[in-house]
Amino acid sequence: MSDGFRTSVKAWVAENLPEALKGVDIGMYGPGSREPEILEAFELWRQRLAEKGWGAPTWPEAYGGAGLTGAEAKVIGREIHAAGSMNPIPFLAGMGVTMVGPTLMEYGTEEQKARHLPGMASGAVRWCLGLSEPNAGSDLASLATRAVREGDHWILNGQKTWTSGANKSQWCGALVRTDPDAAKRDGISFLMLPMDQQSIETRPIRLIAGESPFCETFFNNAQAGADDMLGELNDGWSVIKRLLQHERASQTSAPPTSNKVEPLQELARNYIGLGPDGTLADSDLRSRLADHLMDAAAHTLTIGRIMAEAKGGNVEVSATASILKNSATDVAQDRSELLLEIMGNQGLGWEGTEFSGGELHSVREWLGTKAMSIYGGSYEVQKNIIAKNILGLPETTQKG
Amino acid sequence: MAALTEEQTLIREQASAWALKESPVSQFRALRDASGSAGFEQATWDAMIEMGWTGILVPEEYGGSDLGILTFGLVLEQLGRQLTASPLLPSALAGASALLLGGSAAQKEAMLPNIIDGTAILTLAVDEGTHHRPESTALEARASDGGFTLSGSKASVAEGSAATHFVIAARTAGTPGDHEGISLFLVAADSAGISRTALNVLDSRDYANILLDDVHVDADALLGSLNGGLPLLQQVLDRARAGIAAEMLGTASQAFDMTLDYLKTREQFGKVIGSFQGLGHRAAGLFSAMEQTRSCVEAALQAIDADADNSAELASLAKCRAGQFLYNMTNELIQMHGGIGMTDEFDAGLYLKRARALEASYGNRSYHRDRYARLLGF
Repeated sequence: MSDGFRTSVKAWVAENLPEALKGVDIGMYGPGSREPEILEAFELWRQRLAEKGWGAPTWPEAYGGAGLTGAEAKVIGREIHAAGSMNPIPFLAGMGVTMVGPTLMEYGTEEQKARHLPGMASGAVRWCLGLSEPNAGSDLASLATRAVREGDHWILNGQKTWTSGANKSQWCGALVRTDPDAAKRDGISFLMLPMDQQSIETRPIRLIAGESPFCETFFNNAQAGADDMLGELNDGWSVIKRLLQHERASQTSAPPTSNKVEPLQELARNYIGLGPDGTLADSDLRSRLADHLMDAAAHTLTIGRIMAEAKGGNVEVSATASILKNSATDVAQDRSELLLEIMGNQGLGWEGTEFSGGELHSVREWLGTKAMSIYGGSYEVQKNIIAKNILGLPETTQKG
Repeated sequence: MAALTEEQTLIREQASAWALKESPVSQFRALRDASGSAGFEQATWDAMIEMGWTGILVPEEYGGSDLGILTFGLVLEQLGRQLTASPLLPSALAGASALLLGGSAAQKEAMLPNIIDGTAILTLAVDEGTHHRPESTALEARASDGGFTLSGSKASVAEGSAATHFVIAARTAGTPGDHEGISLFLVAADSAGISRTALNVLDSRDYANILLDDVHVDADALLGSLNGGLPLLQQVLDRARAGIAAEMLGTASQAFDMTLDYLKTREQFGKVIGSFQGLGHRAAGLFSAMEQTRSCVEAALQAIDADADNSAELASLAKCRAGQFLYNMTNELIQMHGGIGMTDEFDAGLYLKRARALEASYGNRSYHRDRYARLLGF
């Protein structure tokens, strides 16, 4: 890729990023209830990016993308970030650009692609995913939501949970049981259905950290068109396996956040202070903090090593991803716990001006990190994967 | 595995094949069982010299190959797998580093070729008490007769009986605990006034306590600057630490392979025990720790080769992480093998014992955790 591409992207961003958005932290879920000026600028920014096909830069132009390479797409992301803003489209599209879209590209019919991809690429249509159910979490294949064919439609009944953004989405990709007599994984199909139906109810889930994007979603005779099945009938398990690979890929290449992370040892020095010998006044915490920082370094060095090896072409990258998921989880959870301990009484605040924004944020974030060992394949599922796929140990889980 | 050059890959494979064929753990066991034997076999040591491993760190002008410490680490890792006993690390890595970093041209010329051809065996003599605390050095060196007179003792010196020369940390000013006032000396082991006591240690390797009673050395025995020797010593030690971390990674990796193999073959309750989730998850955790340890060890070796600013930090990280993994891995080696792991006939015990000796060398986890925190400013 030439430097010319970077230069032209930089120039385009400088010219088209609305003044009102520069340096404004919009956050992952859009501008919310900001002043009208910001809302207008945000919509204008979305439209301009969509016209360039930069909501999903690597997709073909025919589907609303720009036909660029992955490296070029990264340049766009970096330049927008460098200009003090973000690309809102992948977030506005919910699960569209990152997960449903790439899967649709592989499994969809021509009609399905033409119908759905442009809306995702422009950020105009938000997608959610109906996968987990109250009794189908780590064991997703035991899902019970039924879809029965009636004429031109599928009729859906059942309950989904952890459907992120369901109350704000226009479309849903749902995993449903279409053959209750087949073996667990062989009777599942993937259906796409509009969310604007009387027969669909969404209830936001309040989490331990407060409000969340997650919902419970109830299908009470909800309808999906017969031509809205992605992949073959009863072959939904292959579709979802591919889709979850896209999820993992999007997790490992998460966009840089605008929040700078302050080194934990600096916070510890500020809150706890140093003793006369120049070491942290709390010696027990000091050892645990040092251990954590070494864990974090080991994790970062491992990512670097895997990238260096991948360039040399001598490592199976997918095999190591499961190690990184758990070590990233360990590091993030330990960091949050230590941060609260470092802040002491100030690390217990829920609301109010007696606590700083950073302190309040740390408490919510601490609660949020508890989800890391549950979502995207739980901590234990990751260990199953390592034991079976990398170490070659026999299967430890029961299959239906 | 780091992205290696063709030469590094070749040396790594050579070391692996050689250790498996010529110096497998069964040979170490035989050495241990032969009463009154030295800490290593002369034939093993000669073969290493023959293969050029004693010159890996040494520039070509002194007869070495100057391949760098990452390459040295690759060899040590393979030797660690088979518990191959030799003075390679104390002499050709630590001793050679002391000369390369602190020696004058004359000192290098006099000693480096001898390290390479094996006529000299060097070792660091630093610790005095029960633990590794370089700044607490008390062994005294007084200026006298245009040279120095050394008095004091050193404890648990690796290859202390076989060594022909000691790199001794001595106090030339101040009091134990002061960072200033430490100097390094290269002292021949047969100097008048030196006595050694061989120790019988759990890993069956050569360690000795050294007593120096008014040992006179010439002025040219001083390595580096007078009184300002601690930074040099730490630099030398960091090379030794990164190197021994590579050896520890090898020892632990072998313990992992033995354990995984057992999980796949041992049957109880009608299935191989590796199918039990309680064991499978622990194996997965150990595998992750092994991969992360490798990242730390290789990063430390590469940082030293690149003379990077954070070499000290990474050396402590590598020694600490390798120590943690080797500790856990050797305990699990015994536990997952069950009763057979407790028998002397099986090799697990050899790895467990060696692990604890390696942990104490050049600073244990506690030392390096503390040092890491200091280097990060807390």
